[in-house]
Amino acid sequence: MNMKQYENKGLKETRAGFGEALTFLGEKNTKIVALCADLTSSLFMNQFSKKFPERFFQIGIAEANMMGIAAGLTIGEYIPFAGTFANFATSRVYDQIRQSIAYSHKNVKICASHSGLTLGEDGATHQSLEDIGMMKMLPGMTVINTCDYNQTYSATLAIADYFGPVYLRFGRPAVANFTDKNQVFEIGKAVLLTKGKDITVVCTGHLVWEVLEASKVLYQKEGIECEIINIHTIKPLDEKSIIRSVNKTKCILTAEEHNYWGGLGESVARILTTNRCFVQQSFIAVDDIFGESGKPMELLKKYNIDRNAIIKKIKLLIGKKGKKKN
Amino acid sequence: MNIQYLKNLCSQVRRDILRMVHNAKSGHPGGSLGCTEYFVALYHEIMHYNATKFTMNGKNEDLFFLSNGHISPVYYSILSRSGFFPVKELSTFRKLNSRLQGHPSVHDGLPGIRISSGSLGQGMSVAIGAALSKKLNKEFDRIIYSLHGDGELNEGQIWESILYAGSKNIDNYIATVDYNRQQIDGTTDEVLSLGNLRKKFESFNWKVLEELEGNNIEKVINILKNAKNEIGKGKPILIILYTQMGYGVDFMVGDNTWHGKYPNKKELEKALLQLKLSESSLEDYPIS
Repeated sequence: MNMKQYENKGLKETRAGFGEALTFLGEKNTKIVALCADLTSSLFMNQFSKKFPERFFQIGIAEANMMGIAAGLTIGEYIPFAGTFANFATSRVYDQIRQSIAYSHKNVKICASHSGLTLGEDGATHQSLEDIGMMKMLPGMTVINTCDYNQTYSATLAIADYFGPVYLRFGRPAVANFTDKNQVFEIGKAVLLTKGKDITVVCTGHLVWEVLEASKVLYQKEGIECEIINIHTIKPLDEKSIIRSVNKTKCILTAEEHNYWGGLGESVARILTTNRCFVQQSFIAVDDIFGESGKPMELLKKYNIDRNAIIKKIKLLIGKKGKKKN
Repeated sequence: MNIQYLKNLCSQVRRDILRMVHNAKSGHPGGSLGCTEYFVALYHEIMHYNATKFTMNGKNEDLFFLSNGHISPVYYSILSRSGFFPVKELSTFRKLNSRLQGHPSVHDGLPGIRISSGSLGQGMSVAIGAALSKKLNKEFDRIIYSLHGDGELNEGQIWESILYAGSKNIDNYIATVDYNRQQIDGTTDEVLSLGNLRKKFESFNWKVLEELEGNNIEKVINILKNAKNEIGKGKPILIILYTQMGYGVDFMVGDNTWHGKYPNKKELEKALLQLKLSESSLEDYPIS
């Protein structure tokens, strides 16, 4: 069989997908408001701020206040999109999110750019590798990590229609835009990217494209067929799609730009166990270590989460499974 | 305004506070007793609201946010005595399966509560958000109120919000600081001196009003009315309300050990003797 191929339709930032969708939403719905903590152009929110100045709130470098103001705005039935970098959107304001948003059931959309290692040169102070874990631990919080421009655009539209707090995680660099422009984003629903019989690869965010690239090499050189599942919604997790696939392939790799503690991989390990699906799982994730300055692709390579690391791990896993090469 | 009735109501609220905290064997009576006049004035003379049909959005209503959530006993008492929920529910305070959590929570659906609070310093940000939404919704006659402890002003977030409100001219908003000059580890001067609070707020572009008799119901009503006259003039408004922690009970007043201590049976009886009711429509909630 032939693996389904995905075409890179050009490099584009996921954050641009967020900013452009937000502007579209602003036109469609006067209840959409946006807040930013002095990073408006970094999050591509400047178009919204120019078009809808009365519905845009420049908070200044005060993220704690921003989360509280966003919570307050929901009381007047506004739908606030609060944007900043991922670490300022989570660890810096965790208690504010916990009490004023999550525990208070507020319809706030926390929009986090520059997540993961691929933020690049700014280094570890700005590279959030813990945010998925922190956010998924909050009761009632929906956690989404998008993989490309088109998916981020669609996700931004989808979370506006959903009532409840959402953490939307995306990134800084221009990356391959490969998902369908007209996709319907279903919160909590896995996307089956390729069908395969040898291994299930569950991946999220920027690493989805790395997995696709790795799978091409594996298929061409080794005849390995990867079943690639894109998990954009880490919480709630689409258990059924993952379990169905693993029951077929009998092994699984998870891939994410995050510490393996608290990440997607851990969530998957939990559902494998609770579903009595006892197969070997491997992790592509940052190995409980802080990042550093460097170019995005250099960092993915050094921290063993790039396409070559994925190829290596998949071969190792399939070897353990006792699977012969075709 | 029937001052005698309001004074009686203050007594009733204080009785509720002490009986709730005693019944739960935990809670925060000191700050609650000190803020009783503020709550009675706010809910019975100042705010425009609909208690029987509580909605989260509070459209066309004034909204109040309690930032120092630990004084939940006074908040719950006034909400129940203003018709938000049955008075008898006060007996469930801090008990399992209650809507009256130790600190106010939205999670449990208690009418009257629009934000969870307890972790300090967050309520002013929320109040500002609500004030912005009132402006966006063109509810120009409506006012947002919030209450804060003075010790709470140690928190960093609150200074972010003080800066924001002054800088962005949030002028449909009246914040009050419960200025009892006590916090858990000692006086506010001992722990972390606030310095000249009026000057600090004024330098952040706030209109500041002070009331030295924060436990005098008439004075509290007047200062709140004066504050309302400052609405719409380009500045957020602060009331520095000098209160006494534990006011109304002679062995509690001014003593910060009653911040988070419950009275035992003897102490409760002694305190209740000092809080008489001479109003036929009021009576203690039943303990089930």
